[in-house]
Amino acid sequence: MDFQLSKEHEMARSLFQEFAEKEVKPRAIEVDETEEFPLDTVKKMQKFGFMGIPVPKEYGGQGCDPLTYIMCVEELAKCCGTTAVIVSGHTSLCCDPIMTYGTEEQKQKYLVPLAKGELLGAFALTEPGAGTDAQGVQTKAELSEDGTEWILNGSKCFITNGKYADIYIVIAYTDIVLDKKGRKTKRFSAFIVEKDTPGFTFGTKEKKMGIRGSATYELIFQDCHIPKDNLLGARGKGFPIAMHTLDGGRIGIAAQALGIAEGALDRTIEYVKERKQFGRSLSAFQNTQFQLADMAARIEAAKFLVYAAADAKKNGSVYTVEAAKAKLFAAETAMDVTTKCVQLFGGYGYIREYEVERMMRDAKITEIYEGTSEVQRMVISGALLK
Amino acid sequence: MKIVVCVKQVPDTKGGVKFKPDGTLDRAAMLAIMNPDDKAGLEAALRIKDEDPDNTEVTVVTMGLPKADAVLREALAMGADKGLLITDRVLGGADTWATSSTIAGALKNMEYDLIITGRQAIDGDTAQVGPQISEHLGIPVISYAEELSVDREAKTVTVKRQFDDRYHILKAKLPCLVTALSELNDPRYMTPGGIFDAFQKEVTVWGRDKLDVADENIGLKGSPTVIAKASDKVAKGKGEVVTPETPQEAVDYIAGKLKEKHVI
Repeated sequence: MDFQLSKEHEMARSLFQEFAEKEVKPRAIEVDETEEFPLDTVKKMQKFGFMGIPVPKEYGGQGCDPLTYIMCVEELAKCCGTTAVIVSGHTSLCCDPIMTYGTEEQKQKYLVPLAKGELLGAFALTEPGAGTDAQGVQTKAELSEDGTEWILNGSKCFITNGKYADIYIVIAYTDIVLDKKGRKTKRFSAFIVEKDTPGFTFGTKEKKMGIRGSATYELIFQDCHIPKDNLLGARGKGFPIAMHTLDGGRIGIAAQALGIAEGALDRTIEYVKERKQFGRSLSAFQNTQFQLADMAARIEAAKFLVYAAADAKKNGSVYTVEAAKAKLFAAETAMDVTTKCVQLFGGYGYIREYEVERMMRDAKITEIYEGTSEVQRMVISGALLK
Repeated sequence: MKIVVCVKQVPDTKGGVKFKPDGTLDRAAMLAIMNPDDKAGLEAALRIKDEDPDNTEVTVVTMGLPKADAVLREALAMGADKGLLITDRVLGGADTWATSSTIAGALKNMEYDLIITGRQAIDGDTAQVGPQISEHLGIPVISYAEELSVDREAKTVTVKRQFDDRYHILKAKLPCLVTALSELNDPRYMTPGGIFDAFQKEVTVWGRDKLDVADENIGLKGSPTVIAKASDKVAKGKGEVVTPETPQEAVDYIAGKLKEKHVI
């Protein structure tokens, strides 16, 4: 077991840090305030290879391991939770399933431009009636009479990178079969859907508590015809594809949560050294010192879980439980740490320009999306009681 | 076209400058970075390479301790083709004369059309090494470049040189040495994949025996410079506050002070 990062990883971290400090941090407050998708930053990340870090070079990516990719998400999240989730949604939820389940033609057509940064990706599973309960998915895909196209009907909600993404992985049911007990069960399939396909439109943009620059849209499919070849993986295998995709996505969100917690702690350490009360800096009070110590220890523990999950993904083993543990612990750490940081800032912590307020709002979503903390507990305990 | 870029690993002054008790820089206590002017020089070379990647080779050279390998890896991750580290115990303690003699001693054994160095390093601020190298090699030098372009067919380089209150446009035949200002460009970031590739590439290491330079011109013994004292920036005083009665009085006062300081 090696707890030391390699020289390559150290240098990659310094690259992500430099980029985040120079390009992301100066815009974070404005992105939150205006709720504008930071397209200019995304274009820079596309140019410098940040959008295809774990994708093999032969498919236009950077050919790095999952650890390098999650370090990128972590460093971006230290400065801006919005920017971090754009990269995570694109990489984990769109590039990864095409890389894992796509045909060679699909990889050439979609993965290469996605990884090169020419296209942006998104993933659509959630629906108004289907969050944690995937069986509630109503979006339906039927094969056309001549068998050359799939026809999509239905809607998706809360879709990250919505409207700005060019390529969407959409989960829809294609068949209804009877299970062992004779009950009707939906069989799902995954599809690659291009923006601007006739019949594919966008509904409302959600107004969110945090990650406000991230574009969260409703997707609407009305007799949306997509080529037969855009079925991703086998017909009826959409559910395992979605679950496997979310396993990877959870490591990305865990890294986002970790970065938010680290960013909040960094700012708090600076603040408590400067802020004086009763003639002493806040850092001279034991309450402050103990809070900082607890936060630092908890962040470090989260980091080991997140990095271990990334390592498990690299080794090709099943990492469902590792990803669930990492996301559960990192997300709850982010919420706990940012709340404590706001408290240490006192009144200023409640003011937007001091940033920890934004980080606390951004942290909350990490306990919810890509599987709530409750779902992660179900996954972890399910493995224990098997 | 073969371009050689000379870079230096310098302490990152963002976190403050730290000194040892003897007054010399405590380099171990400070983070190390690629000197900003040198990085701009590297970017200029990479932009020339971007124009014709198949017919351009960018080699990055540094002289320093073995850990200076890190700046070469960074340069490779940005897109340079080769790295050369000049390192040897006998080269330690070199001033600008010994450094330029040593680097020129390496360059004499290399092929180049264009050599780019930074204007000056943020730790020494002398701006001497680049021009001295060109003297040792007997090639022209154009310093303080804020724009740079090459004509491959005519084998010339054209440089917009910063100069006090104006600039010069100078053209020189290759081979030539150019010293770059950090204003020259905005250096590109490394790519994540480029970093991993950079550590797979071999960095050539040359010791004393590979250098075409006389013993009396290297290391501490070959360095005529003696440092009396080094210090961090001196904090500015409060200054002088005056309240003139009329604008004319204010102008006269300021003009008088400037004359006193020999500014005008």
